[in-house]
Amino acid sequence: MSEEKKPARKKFECQGLYNKVMANHFYELDEASKTGSKKIAWCTSVGPAELLRGMGFLVYFPENHGAMLGATRMATELIPYANAIGYSPDICSYLTSDIGSFMQKKTPLTTAYKIESVPKPDILVFNTNQCRDVQDWFAWYSRELKVPMVGIHTHRDIGEIRNFQVNDIAKQTESLIPALEKAAGQKFDIDRFKEAIELSRQASVLWRACLETASAIPSPWTFFDATIHMGPAVVARGTKEAVDYYEVLLKELNERVAGKVAAIDNERHRIYWDGMPIWGKLSTLSNQFAELNTCIVASTYCNSWIFDQLDPKDPFESMGRAYTELFIVRDEAFKEKYMQNCFEKYKFDGMIFHDAKTCPNNSNNRYGLPERISKGLGVPQLTINGDLNDLRCYSEEQAKTNIEAFIEQLDER
Amino acid sequence: MTDNRVLYAGVDIGASRTKVALLDLKKNLTGFSIKKSGTDFSRTAEECLIEALIMANASRDAVTRTVSTGYGRTNVTFSNDTRTEIGCHAKGAFHYFSRAMTIIDIGGQDNKVIKLDSEGRRINFKMNRKCAAGTGAFLEEMSARLDIPIEEMDGLAKQSTEMVELGSFCTVFSATEVLEKIRQGKKVPDIVKGLFFSVIKRVLEMDLITPPIVMTGGVVEHNSYLVEMIRSKTGVEALLPEHPQLTGAVGAALFAMEL
Repeated sequence: MSEEKKPARKKFECQGLYNKVMANHFYELDEASKTGSKKIAWCTSVGPAELLRGMGFLVYFPENHGAMLGATRMATELIPYANAIGYSPDICSYLTSDIGSFMQKKTPLTTAYKIESVPKPDILVFNTNQCRDVQDWFAWYSRELKVPMVGIHTHRDIGEIRNFQVNDIAKQTESLIPALEKAAGQKFDIDRFKEAIELSRQASVLWRACLETASAIPSPWTFFDATIHMGPAVVARGTKEAVDYYEVLLKELNERVAGKVAAIDNERHRIYWDGMPIWGKLSTLSNQFAELNTCIVASTYCNSWIFDQLDPKDPFESMGRAYTELFIVRDEAFKEKYMQNCFEKYKFDGMIFHDAKTCPNNSNNRYGLPERISKGLGVPQLTINGDLNDLRCYSEEQAKTNIEAFIEQLDER
Repeated sequence: MTDNRVLYAGVDIGASRTKVALLDLKKNLTGFSIKKSGTDFSRTAEECLIEALIMANASRDAVTRTVSTGYGRTNVTFSNDTRTEIGCHAKGAFHYFSRAMTIIDIGGQDNKVIKLDSEGRRINFKMNRKCAAGTGAFLEEMSARLDIPIEEMDGLAKQSTEMVELGSFCTVFSATEVLEKIRQGKKVPDIVKGLFFSVIKRVLEMDLITPPIVMTGGVVEHNSYLVEMIRSKTGVEALLPEHPQLTGAVGAALFAMEL
């Protein structure tokens, strides 16, 4: 067969700034962990980070570490250690790979930043909005490191948002303050908290605008780009650094749109991706879609870090609302409607659902939704079996063939 | 010597077998070959092509274009393009039966259910999940466990008077179940029928079947009792192409014709 030039992912000019933001985040944590100069809170990905910032904590996100373990393909080697101490291979592979990583004293932070280990926490703070597993994950560390753990228990399968749900989350959040004050060794500062809320809101507005540039035809970036560039939205939530970063990224994306710079040369198909990324195969999949001239333009995953409901005038209530309106905690009818809206905005012609073996909460294919939405929109759908981190659950050849056959199917339409 | 004939080659390198089909301009199958895929896919494809050319009484020059498919599709050195096996089974099946259909392909390591509209376009398709339950690999594993040559299983299943039904999804657990049945004194033909039924169950739970059904793949070609079982389970007569095992290769050759 003739050797053709393979399409490459277009690099972002702001990549250097991205690297700096992420590196600073980890160096600051490492410094504090070693010297005790600042208190450290571990927080689940959509936990009350703004409140923690308001208390003066540096915030570390184990789910981000989980994604790094997946992306560096260290996870599959480390998961079995957690399995061996009773954490099933069927539960969250962020959890099992992260615990395995701690047990084996191996972290991707060493290769990336020459940091020996994850920062030592002063308190562990969870919100079960992602899943119940985060609580059990933090509970292991709480026992292991003898560190206090507090958390928020979210409502699930929510249809219409009711005030009692928002108020409950707001009250649960507020009730964390005494424990946080004790761990922080200082009093809660409402102004600092409101400032973090405002910064989080600003970053969310910018992040949403960044994601929405993918509605342009051709799209200036792909899901694979977005999974990387969402880093500051996750780890620097509630900081000025995140706001500054997304201003730069948005400018670059808008310039791409104005110049009709396509992320994927000769964009032929536009796809919606549902569910978690397959971290260890991000690059392989990105290349495969590029070779098929197909751009993944929308996802629920990247949209999960938009909290533009946040309002410093009513910080607790708006936090309660932002964390209750999340896609992941909503019912099937809401999710279906959400995907329809995505279809109208992003004009995709195919939908791919990732059925992640260890992440039922973020696999939306299990109750007939792909079939319903595909029929309703007249857009073909495909389900890929895999996992976020555990590559033992992923058959690369099958996934590759399924994707290729799916694009052939779209070509025939 | 130059051969003035025009032939199109389709090469299907499956997990178990490699198939080559040669079609002439009128889409007649003039030569074919089937061999174990082995470990050197490029070489097996080459050997199959040579055998198929001998059958077609044609020289290598006659092969105008080639499309390859299957797991080893990128390993074919003489291929002009590739297509997925899903696309090629659809193309091949529609060539033989030009109508809307549900294709059931039972291959060595994967199963596919593909739905076509009346124009031969794919409406949707499903492959078995990563597990090999319900594929040819399952029957091969069981034939080894029972020490029965794979080619004798179809005949044994037909002799069954009372099927022994197996409940497990998993190939390994099914093997344990089979051992238990042997211990209970169940007859081998009844167990083999149960194994065949297990394959059919795995396939039929993949998707809803819209008649007519076209069955393809090597497992069906060599085990006609599976076709009978599909009929009795669905109430629909399954159609079979001329050589079910060659359907993907024929589809690939048809794609080669269109390049």
